Amino acid sequence: MKKFTKLTSAVVPLNIENIDTDQIIPARFLKATTREGFGENLFRDWRYENDNQPKADFVMNNPTYSGQVLVAGKNFGCGSSREHAAWAIQDAGFDAVISSFFADIFKGNALNNGLLPIQVSDEFLAQIFNAVDNNPKSALEVDLENQTVTIVETGAQESFEINPYKKSCLINGYDDIDFILAQKELIAEFEEAK
Amino acid sequence: MSKTLVEKIWDAHVVKSEEGFPDILYIDTHLIHEVTSPQAFDGLRKRGLPVFRPKQTVATADHNVPTLNQLLPIKEELSRYQVDMLTKNCAEFGVELYGLGHPFQGIVHVIGPELGITLPGKTMVCGDSHTSTHGAFGAIAFGIGTSQVEQVFATQCLLQSKPKTMKIEVNGELGKGVGAKDIILYIIAKISAAGGTGYFIEYAGSAIEALSMEARMTICNMSIEMGARGGLIAPDQTTFDYIKGREFAPAGEEWDKALAYWKTLYSDADAKFDSVLTFDAADIAPMITYGTNPGMGMGIQEHIPATGAQPEKEKLSYQKALDYMGFDDDSSLIGKPVDYVFIGSCTNSRIEDLREVADFVKDKRKADNVTVWIVPGSKQVEQQAKNEGLDKIFEAAGFQLREPGCSACLGMNEDKIPAGKYCVSTSNRNFEGRQGQNARTLLASPLTAAAAAVTGKITDVRDLLEKA
Repeated sequence: MKKFTKLTSAVVPLNIENIDTDQIIPARFLKATTREGFGENLFRDWRYENDNQPKADFVMNNPTYSGQVLVAGKNFGCGSSREHAAWAIQDAGFDAVISSFFADIFKGNALNNGLLPIQVSDEFLAQIFNAVDNNPKSALEVDLENQTVTIVETGAQESFEINPYKKSCLINGYDDIDFILAQKELIAEFEEAK
Repeated sequence: MSKTLVEKIWDAHVVKSEEGFPDILYIDTHLIHEVTSPQAFDGLRKRGLPVFRPKQTVATADHNVPTLNQLLPIKEELSRYQVDMLTKNCAEFGVELYGLGHPFQGIVHVIGPELGITLPGKTMVCGDSHTSTHGAFGAIAFGIGTSQVEQVFATQCLLQSKPKTMKIEVNGELGKGVGAKDIILYIIAKISAAGGTGYFIEYAGSAIEALSMEARMTICNMSIEMGARGGLIAPDQTTFDYIKGREFAPAGEEWDKALAYWKTLYSDADAKFDSVLTFDAADIAPMITYGTNPGMGMGIQEHIPATGAQPEKEKLSYQKALDYMGFDDDSSLIGKPVDYVFIGSCTNSRIEDLREVADFVKDKRKADNVTVWIVPGSKQVEQQAKNEGLDKIFEAAGFQLREPGCSACLGMNEDKIPAGKYCVSTSNRNFEGRQGQNARTLLASPLTAAAAAVTGKITDVRDLLEKA
């Protein structure tokens, strides 16, 4: 799994609430049987017309905005459990997603792929959107070790929560299977006793 | 110590619990399908691992299968490849597959219960968010991502933090024309599409206890639409009667043993929930959604809430949703013409749903402007419908009875609603483009969908029931 420690990057702002995984990657693109290549269809129907022409008003088609951090409104990743959503975001070059609220399954899927979901307060989220409104190149610094996110320009900082186990997985690039496989004897004992 | 039902089942499945780490939770049954499993099988190959407990794993093809001419080769190349891949993977790893052509094939959340695979007290997972359906039997059942599918393949366990618990009580009697789908759409409209996030929900109260198993499945199915990991209902005589005699249900001595255990599965009277909500069944009308998430629902006679009445930072998203739907705020949906009616999905494609629709449309005919698809949840449901002559009723009404699959719920196969068209759907999600690019979905109960099919417009089904 991809490691995550620290990054400083401009952001791509998507100030919409309740972005569901059908928007992130529509079902018709779930026919692939590998994990790669979903990035080109990330936000497909918001990003492209039916004739595949880019929609000029969508933020990912605006060259002013770029970066490894996607910033979105609350309840990001709701709906379908498709992990393809996390793969698509990562495949499109993002390493972290910031929102004031994440849907559970998306959050778990992101963590399992080394894509860091960062939950901030509504107020801090508004500050980020403001900063980017004022200066599209406004950068964020994400520090996983210290669990902080900072708006570089203003110095405004907030800390975020992450399960300590998942944090160490991200920093070291471990995944859950490595962890559980080490407990195989316990699993066998559990089955015996059942 | 007194425990909630979720805690009882959870604690009975914890292999290891350690401070600072998620629990290692043992999974009794793993359901898989063609869309979220191939990358997990690939992961096993890369690690050189087998499926640890293939006999506790059951596969079917549902998301991406055609619902016409299922026995012919799948026309669309990528879909065919994906379904073939499932067949190959199951053969290679020793997993039982109820694929196309098998009499048990169907939507994964329909076949589990009907085959007696879904049982009280079990832990069950599937790479599909509507796995919460199985909670209707008093099981802990939830949707997982593909990395977790691989975890369960490899270890029959998952790393999971114990969820918070919420109790939702619905008491009293439902009005005429109001059913389980209306209950759950009502609850979601009340607490929003994110109101259950982080929780496992236990549904209780006299209105829930009065429901059939299939109606309970409809309720638990949509738990995820308020963000909850899962929802469940304590098993009772209705549950036991439903399970008894099913294909893989315990029998003989095993049945007696199982039943004794199942009878211990309830929340203790003084068990503490992290949150408790109570609703009155009499307040619930037939529901319909007007927006692009399942929380945007209302009683069918109500007006769409005004944009101006939304919290400031939500106005933009709210108006975007109404624009997508082509609806004005503060307006009624009654009388709006519809183009499609879809009766199907893991929410409402079971025999009781089909019976209810057939009973309503008997001696009626669909409106000319509407295309009606009925997609049964499984081969067994399809067969049962035919045995009961429901197919004849549908045919006479101009409804098309198709073959089982997820179909137009997510428009992954060719069953798509065209751009701009309105579809009254018994499925679970009204997200933008869910049923096809730019398609507009209105979620409703099977009865409300059938009423729209017959009149060609959004109709309060109670008006038609009263005339009958």
